[in-house]
Amino acid sequence: MAEVSLRKVVKRYDDVEAVRGIDLDIADHEFVVLVGPSGCGKSTTLRMIAGLEDISDGDISIGGDVVNDVPPKDRDIAMVFQNYALYPHMTVAENMSFGLRLKHYPKAEIKSRVAEAARMLDIADLIDRKPKQLSGGQRQRVAMGRAIVRNPKVFLFDEPLSNLDAKLRVQMRIEIKKVHQKVRTTTVYVTHDQVEAMTLADRVVVMNKGRIEQIGTPTELYHNPATRFVAGFIGSPAMNFVPCRLEEADGRLHMRLTDRIAFPLPPARAARYQSVSRNEPLLLGIRPEHITETRPHAEPGIETFEAMLDVTEPMGMETLVYFSLNDTPVCGRVNPNAGARDGSPLRMAMDLNNMHLLNEATGLVI
Amino acid sequence: MSTMTVDKAGPTRNVKYGSMSRDRAWALRWSYFFLVLFAIFSLVPPFYMLITSLKGSAEISAATNPWWVFHPTLENYVALLSSNQFLRFFFNSAMVSIIVVIITMLISIPAAFALSRMKFWGSATLATGVFLTYLIPDSLLFIPLFKMFALIGDVTGIQLINRWYVLLFIYPTLTVPFCTWIMIGYFASIPKELDEAAIIDGASWLQTLTRIFIPVALPGLIAATIFAFTVSWAQFLYPLVFTTSADQLVLPVGIVTTLIKGDVFNWGQIMTGALLGAAPPLIIYAFLMDYYIAGLTAGATKG
Repeated sequence: MAEVSLRKVVKRYDDVEAVRGIDLDIADHEFVVLVGPSGCGKSTTLRMIAGLEDISDGDISIGGDVVNDVPPKDRDIAMVFQNYALYPHMTVAENMSFGLRLKHYPKAEIKSRVAEAARMLDIADLIDRKPKQLSGGQRQRVAMGRAIVRNPKVFLFDEPLSNLDAKLRVQMRIEIKKVHQKVRTTTVYVTHDQVEAMTLADRVVVMNKGRIEQIGTPTELYHNPATRFVAGFIGSPAMNFVPCRLEEADGRLHMRLTDRIAFPLPPARAARYQSVSRNEPLLLGIRPEHITETRPHAEPGIETFEAMLDVTEPMGMETLVYFSLNDTPVCGRVNPNAGARDGSPLRMAMDLNNMHLLNEATGLVI
Repeated sequence: MSTMTVDKAGPTRNVKYGSMSRDRAWALRWSYFFLVLFAIFSLVPPFYMLITSLKGSAEISAATNPWWVFHPTLENYVALLSSNQFLRFFFNSAMVSIIVVIITMLISIPAAFALSRMKFWGSATLATGVFLTYLIPDSLLFIPLFKMFALIGDVTGIQLINRWYVLLFIYPTLTVPFCTWIMIGYFASIPKELDEAAIIDGASWLQTLTRIFIPVALPGLIAATIFAFTVSWAQFLYPLVFTTSADQLVLPVGIVTTLIKGDVFNWGQIMTGALLGAAPPLIIYAFLMDYYIAGLTAGATKG
């Protein structure tokens, strides 16, 4: 068990900077997920922590010791790979015990550790099989078992669920969470799937173009994104971004979306945005669940408008509706009984208490 | 009227436009035709060898049907297998081939591992270089090699020419490049994550090679072994040049030089010797073929 910290870590490949100076502190027992689109440097960061890639600049320490020049085997880490990387000629038990056998652990201890991990992962009856006789989910369990038996300071997961089908992915996600609750080992987990990031993490690190965009708990990221990138990356369907402008009317601050639509801002928001220049091109960021059908009673901060629906997608427990505001496509989530139909108008309500205002040029949330 | 009736009955031909089964049947017939043709082509000489080896010299020279044995005899086999000279050839061949296979594997496996996995400066060029050496025909090399060993003999006084073990230095120049090349291919097909997992598990490079790479690439290893053995066993030109004394000869050269005396061909014993000489590679193939199965990496990763 140990904390991991990264100080101004840089990875350069010839002229390309894959990771551009990352600072990150991971506490003992913490489950941290690095998430971002492909090519954002998240896997490279993980591989640098593992020692599989050299660090071009900066420091990585595990348990307080700088490990920049420590080979992987002496870092006391275990890694689970996307494609499992099981040794095909060894049985499940041999796969799991390989690391311990190399370190000459006593036979009895190896046996009890493997049995313990196999029981935890529910693969006890597969212990004598070869990897090719296992299904994808079982292979992934063995890969996790191989990490668990080592009892390392840090677990590293490199997109471990990407090769599984959707249903199994959900199941294994829960499995990984359970394992972490039991063993409490510090974990760094890389994924491009924001749902995995949200559901598993104590803290999520959103990365983009080799930099950290934001670090926070899943709820913090969801409700208080710092940048347009984070706002758009976290949440599905993604947050809507509509160009807008602030203006003064009747002594109140209004937000103008189109020539015809302008909403007065709720007092709390108005106070926050008072100092923003009135001519600055801005973006309204609002999540689909805050654009709904109208409610019977007016509520403060909820403004209504007429929308011409382009497409509707009935999902069962809700219906997603798509329409345009000033040629910008917008998605909303309405009750299935709200009467939303393709190509017909619907009275919509926008909850401005949950709006975000972004500077269009910098992409920062104001 | 009758013609009308016939027309109405429709086409009498059994037309199956685009029928897969029909195409397949024809493809199969052609495959069988050529396979059988090829099998006959390649099996007739060994069959003829077998027939002749079972005949006495009188029957061989007699004007009877050459494709049949009328008075089968084992006299050729008895003569050869009780001849110390023939057994000596056999022993020399076996020693040379086995030791060459061992030398080749000891060099090729680590070389292939280094060239396929440890990316070092010039590794790609070196890998190509290894292959290029294999492309040089061996018949171009025997004179310079002979001069080289003669020079070594003159300078150091270590006499290597006309010793069967000189072949232990020469054959690896033929087998190592090719075996390294195929092993590079096999090692390269092992997913990168497998050695990364081994490294994280605490394995050294040597342990990664011996505990992961060699077992996983076993089919490739066996292919390379078979190749190295066959090349050493069947080599004719080099032993003919480098060895001359009867007790230093290997089997292929021994048979030709001792069983052909002037213009007298001892056909019965030549055929028997050739047949006995072909046996070890055959036996090795038969045994190793069981292990020579692809898909040993199945299950390592997804797919």
